Order: sequence, then structure tokens, then C-alpha cells
Amino acid sequence: MSVLHIAEVTKTFSGGTHAVNSFSLDVADGELVCLLGPSGSGKSTLLRMVGGFEQPTSGRITIDGEDVTHLPPERRPTGMVFQSHALWTHMNVFKNLAFGLKLRRMPAAEIREKVEAVLELVGLAGYGDRMTNQLSGGQQQRVALARSLVLEPKILLLDEPFASLDQHLRERLREEVRDIQQRLGITTLFVTHGQDEALSMADRIVVMANGKTEQIGRPDVVYRDPKTPFVAGFIGTMNLVEGEVKNGHFARSDFSFPLSIADGPATLAIRPEALDLTVSETPKAKVHRVTDYGSHGLVDLDLADGTRLKSMVAHPDLFRTGQGVDLEPRAVAAYRNNQQIFRS
Amino acid sequence: MTSLTLKRARPDWSGIAFAVILTLVIIGPLVVVATWAFTEVWRYPNIIPQKFGFRFWGQTLGRPDVWNALMLSLKLSTVVTLLSALICLPAAYAFARMKFPGRDILFFSFLAGHAFPKFGLLVAIAAIFLQLNLIGTFWGVVLIQLVGTLMFMIWIPVAAFQAVDKRMEEAARDVGASPLRVFWSITLPQAGPTIFAAVLLSFVGTFYETEGAWLIGAPGIRTMPVLMISYINNQMVIQYGAVLSVLLWVPSFIALMFARRVIGGGAFARGFGG
Repeated sequence: MSVLHIAEVTKTFSGGTHAVNSFSLDVADGELVCLLGPSGSGKSTLLRMVGGFEQPTSGRITIDGEDVTHLPPERRPTGMVFQSHALWTHMNVFKNLAFGLKLRRMPAAEIREKVEAVLELVGLAGYGDRMTNQLSGGQQQRVALARSLVLEPKILLLDEPFASLDQHLRERLREEVRDIQQRLGITTLFVTHGQDEALSMADRIVVMANGKTEQIGRPDVVYRDPKTPFVAGFIGTMNLVEGEVKNGHFARSDFSFPLSIADGPATLAIRPEALDLTVSETPKAKVHRVTDYGSHGLVDLDLADGTRLKSMVAHPDLFRTGQGVDLEPRAVAAYRNNQQIFRS
Repeated sequence: MTSLTLKRARPDWSGIAFAVILTLVIIGPLVVVATWAFTEVWRYPNIIPQKFGFRFWGQTLGRPDVWNALMLSLKLSTVVTLLSALICLPAAYAFARMKFPGRDILFFSFLAGHAFPKFGLLVAIAAIFLQLNLIGTFWGVVLIQLVGTLMFMIWIPVAAFQAVDKRMEEAARDVGASPLRVFWSITLPQAGPTIFAAVLLSFVGTFYETEGAWLIGAPGIRTMPVLMISYINNQMVIQYGAVLSVLLWVPSFIALMFARRVIGGGAFARGFGG
């Protein structure tokens, strides 16, 4: 029953750089929205503004209709999980979780009950007496999550919570967090620069660059239909080829492709899995390297002018370095002036 | 099957030699002084005293000026340390966490007092104190000794506060703590051991401080170390000075034991940014 509403929020740092530039977003009740972007895109600043750790230069942030734009963090119904977990090392796990409840003057018996319940929820039942430095990285991050959840925040904020964990743990933990989030139905804003994380967890993804929204959409839609060349290049692997369109044909070096758009410069985007290769007598490109991943293979190719492309193939053993190949894109998108102007 | 052989660590000879030399240089004089304190007769060719005894302890401790000096020194050190903590800890927090104009220059100015020969500085200050009628008064000595503690009590706590992870403080704000509560429940406990080390250092440092106490305090204020120096300089009997010097080891020894128990060696190193 909690909705987050961000309206035209701008954050200007001294020196005039826009960390966040007129950003708007609505997060529905129980929804998990990922803010995805490279470092410096403003995603963390935005999250910190929702949490109350930064003040927007202009704009409004409301939670369930209540304006929280100028409230300090301790008076906001938000709970933040930090990248470095930020557990208080001079307290044990129980005290870490109980601190916020004590501040709310809850009776001790009730605190104990709640802390035990939340430890159970994150799979750490019985860990209350441990000191935080006796826990593994994954356990520490779970305690950090529990510390936020135990206060039953209206909005859960996650700031790259898995960044310091290894790949294997990261994947397990993101499934757990997604499960807990869905079970509790808690409205969540999640910041990450990892597209896997965003694609696997989010109900919706907000791709950000330079403090602005590039695209908002469901993960599959953002992946399949990137609206700007930035999104195309940022999410997944993408071949972005700059070239010229003339008389209904896109051309770059020896490679050309029928494209019925107005003449002029354009950027062609082709996923590696949508670029078929055939061994050819009249090659358009040369194989640079073949990598066999077992389930599939990846072929790096060079156009005559040195432009590097990638193609995903089912049978990598068909190709050799130095071989000439012909290219057949099955699906493409074309961009001009940062706008999508064509999609097949 | 492979046999397990435990590799024996080779003795570190240079380390041992270094330790022995250090021990001789540090412990040697202490042993001599301690021996003198318990000596009644010790004439030239003998290597050990002819007669041990507590006669001079009785005589020294029987003097009212010794007890006055001891009480005065304890009172001075306590007042100076408390005042210094009261002034320096908030200042250290400000230096560590806030940005204000002139921050860096002000920060380094605390070193300035230690950058010049101390005695020259003291003489100049004494001239000013003379006009303010602070010479020979308790508060005059408090003021001069306060200056001596500034560096420890600013620099070490600043490093301690800076070492506290900002996210920890933010996380506390996030769960509902006011800024004051965050300082009390998170920042201070995190920086606590190192700050305690600084407080201890300034207490012990003040207790043993002599130049300032002598120059500003004389003749009305005589602290323990000042009294000891005058005994050593003016008395024919060596034992008075030796007894006082052994007595003076007590507070630093207690402080050290206490420090070891409460903080462990790491805190000092962290305080200096190690």
C-alpha cells in the first residue's frame, strides 16, 4: 500500500554539474524497480535523495502522498541497505537489529520477538549473539537487509547491496532478496550497475545516463527494444555499427544491409544472437577469434575497415580464425540523433 | 605416504640483539635509580650498596611539600585533561566531518606549538602571563599545559573520527536516530578506544610536564616533577630524588597497564593513521 512518487527531481552539485536532471518516476505498491546505469549516471544520488541523505535542488518526492522531500532520513519511512553493509561493528547482530526498534521505545519482549522473526526470514536464526565480524560477507549483507526490514519500512532502498560479494554468492542472494521482497510485498528501489542483477530481479528497469532517464520498461522490453543507442550498448552485448544510409541501404565498409529509412548517417544495432554467419566465397568480414562456451560459441569478426563485430553461433567448430564470412542480420534497430528510427 | 615435517623457525638474531640493547638502555638507568631509592649506604668501590633500607622513603614521604606536590599534580592533570577533552573532542569532530573556511590552516596551526623550540615559546608566553597576573597561579599552569595537550587531543581524535565509516552513521540515521544519538551510539563507541588512548596520553603527558609548570608556576605552584628536579639539583642526598622518581613511575605504570587492558596496541597505531 505504499507508492513512491518522484517528480522532476534535480540535484545540482556545486560547480553546476547536474548529478540528477529533472528526473521523474512512479513506483507502484509492491513493485521492485531497478535504477541501472554506469557510475556517474546519478542513480546512487537519486537513491540517496529518496533516503534523505541528499537534498534535491528542486523537485518533489512523496511517499503515499506525503511530501518527504525535506525530511531528514530518521523521519522518513524508508529503509536503506548500503553497499558496504555498514553494520555497527561494536554491536552484535541482535543489537544491530534492535537499535531502531529501541529508538521507537518498543518493549523488550516485543523487540526480541521481532528480531528473531526477521533473522528467521533472512535465514540467520540463532545468529543474534554473533559479532558482525564473525559473519561471512553474505551473512553480513543479510543482517543489513534484516536491519532495514525489521522496521517495516514503506520503501526499501538497496544501494548496490551485492557489489562486494563474489559472483556465486551474488546470484544466490539476489534470488533470496527477490523472494523476500515478493513475499513481503514491499515497494523497493534498487540501484545497480550490473545488468544481470537488473534483468533478473526487477519488475521494471530505469536505465540512467548523465542524470537522466534513457528508458523505463520491463526487463525483457528494455533488452529487446532499446530506445536509445546508449541503452542498446549498455544492456547485454550489442553490435553498434555506425554507417551511412543511401538509397534504402545501410553501408559500412563492405557490409551493407537493406534499410528503408531516409538517407543520412545512422547507427545500426544488432544483437550477437541475431547475427548469422555463413562461410562465403565473397566475404564481407574475416573471423578474428572463435570462443567456444560449450552451450554456444562467440565469433569475433572484423569488417574490412577493422570494425569489430560479435556473433553468437550454435556450432563454433564451423569457423576458423582468418576465414571469410558473410553476415546476415535477422533483427536490427537503427538510431539517428539518439532516437530509434527503425526496428525490425 | 609423505611424512609431515615441521619447519622450525630460525631464531631472529638481529631482532634479539636489538631487543637486548634496547632493554639495557631503557631498563639499565631505571634499575640504577630504583636501587638508589632503596639504598641507605653506598660508597665508591662497591658494586652493590652496603645497606638497603626504607629510611629515605620515610623521610621523603614525611615531608608535607611532597604530598602537596603530588595532590597538586593529580589535580592539575585531571583539570587539564578534562578541559582539553571538552575543548578538543568537539573540535576534532568538526575537523573530521565538517567543511569550513580555513579548516586546513587551523588544523595545522595545532602543530605550530610543537614546531618551535618550546622554551622560547614558553618565555614569550610567560611575559604575557606576567601582565595578566597568571604567573605563579594554578590557572596559569592549567592554561600553559592545555596548550601542550592540544596536538594529541586534536590530531589523534580527528584520525579516529575520520576512520569511522560514514555509512555506519548514515545507517543509524536511516533507522531513526537523531544526529546527536548517532554521535553518542555509533561514532563515539567506534572511535572510543583511540580517543581513550589520546586522553590517557594527555593525562600522563601533563603529569610529567616540567618546563611550563616550572616557568609559569614558580614559585607558588610546585608540581611533582618540578619538586623532583629541585631535589636533584639542590640536595646533597641522592636518595630524595631517586625516591621521588620511583614514586613518579606509579601513575605512568598504572596508565600503561590500564591502556593495555582497555585498548590493545592497535588503537594507537590507528590513531596515527597506521
